[in-house]
Amino acid sequence: MKAMNRRKFMKGSLLGGAAASVVAKSKSAEASASFGGYPEAMGVLVDLTRCVGCRSCEAACNKEQGLPAPAQAFDDMSVLDHERRTSEGAYTVVNRYEIPGQDHPLFRKIQCNHCNEPACLTSCFVNAYTKTPEGAVIYDPTVCVGCRTCMVACPFYIPAYSYSSVLNPVIKKCIFCYDTRLKFGRPPACVEACPREVLTFGKRQDLIKIGHKRIQNYPDVYEDHIYGENEVGGTSWMYLSNAPFDQVGFDTDLGNQPILSYVKEFLTVVPMVLTIWPALFAGFHLLATRKDAKNKEEKTEI
Amino acid sequence: MELIQKYLLSSLMAMLLCFSSYGTNALAGEGPDEVEIDSLAQLYDPVYFDHAMHEEVTESKCSVCHHHTLGTEIENENCMRCHAESGATDEITCQGCHSSKRFDADYLHKIDADNTLYHRDKVGLKAAYHIRCMNCHEEMGVANGCQDCHTRTDAGDKFFHAGSYTPPKSDKPVGGGH
Ligand code: SF4
Ligand code: SF4
Ligand code: SF4
Repeated sequence: MKAMNRRKFMKGSLLGGAAASVVAKSKSAEASASFGGYPEAMGVLVDLTRCVGCRSCEAACNKEQGLPAPAQAFDDMSVLDHERRTSEGAYTVVNRYEIPGQDHPLFRKIQCNHCNEPACLTSCFVNAYTKTPEGAVIYDPTVCVGCRTCMVACPFYIPAYSYSSVLNPVIKKCIFCYDTRLKFGRPPACVEACPREVLTFGKRQDLIKIGHKRIQNYPDVYEDHIYGENEVGGTSWMYLSNAPFDQVGFDTDLGNQPILSYVKEFLTVVPMVLTIWPALFAGFHLLATRKDAKNKEEKTEI
Repeated sequence: MELIQKYLLSSLMAMLLCFSSYGTNALAGEGPDEVEIDSLAQLYDPVYFDHAMHEEVTESKCSVCHHHTLGTEIENENCMRCHAESGATDEITCQGCHSSKRFDADYLHKIDADNTLYHRDKVGLKAAYHIRCMNCHEEMGVANGCQDCHTRTDAGDKFFHAGSYTPPKSDKPVGGGH
């Protein structure tokens, strides 16, 4: 609860700041408002009507990402009795929701949604995050300093902090299986493991069409909405549901603006930032060491 | 005679290749008695699907599982819009239409390149089985858990951290995390 308040507060203040800057230079903000994600980005459409909560996706993620052994077996359904969040040991978890008026519960797999304009990325001051053209939001653990700003910024409470590593505490989260699969055009491990194709992998733009088509073909089954098509500027992982989204644990108050709207401008300068980063870093390092040296000088002077 | 031969041959092929083609224009009762499904080979032992029994259960309404491909009366109104008069098709097997490589780049490109294709959102082979089988099992109120149909292999136990790989009981909160 405390973390949430902190995040809400931060979101509020950052948005306030962003809003002010938008007013100041509305022209450039408007021009960049069309970013909407990389055109060739891949995504996953999660169809809650198909999920039976078997947790095969969790087991597959655990194996693919080389995560530690779970506290309970992946076929132990008693874990579904409590709502869980993603953690350093579980980049994806399935939760169960009892829906008023429906005789069957719904299950929702959560993981990083790989936002088009990720708040984790913009909030990270050492630029550990990258949004790849394939759609994945990945991070460089060697750059991460474990400050946890992204944890607070993420609207879906996804990045987790690895408390277990005292020496090198870093952020951990789903990376869309980028290193081992997505990069090579292969579907993520969880997608491949799911027996019921709850998870449809494809180009994000195609998935939006597929989603609307499913809704059109079965209007009595689906809610007329794809969660993530527009939320927080759009996400690569999106959801279809046969129950109102707020009854399945979704935050329906996020709005369609990116959490940190200046990310639009930021993303366009990412390549530049990447190229000048080593120089910048060297600069910071120099500054820091100089300051150290100066401090020493000052000390000796005293 | 030719039919029996075809049938025997086809059952054998189906056993070996799982849901492989066993001839066209099949009629109810002509199908194989048993079919081996082994796409989950590493994690589970093969499943022997009692085709003959399911013909009985569905009262030989092949379209309950085979859609319009056998030329029998179609169940789904949505399919009827185009397939009411389709008749039997050359391809009646599951894997003839539902790809076992649903998310391979090649398959996705193929769909992308063909803008005349109507069935763009067609589930892969594994999902075709599971959605079809499990939804019906649920409706009929019969066994429907993973291991009601699948016997897990040792590799499967390892994958699920179950069986002899079950983690020791601990007081740690479920799921860990922050
Ligand atoms: S593997 Fe598929 S059906 Fe099973 S819990 Fe995960 S998303 Fe749901
Ligand atoms: S869901 Fe959270 S962690 Fe994932 S990309 Fe979006 S802001 Fe970042
Ligand atoms: S995409 Fe990969 S890292 Fe993300 S939840 Fe699925 S298996 Fe885990």
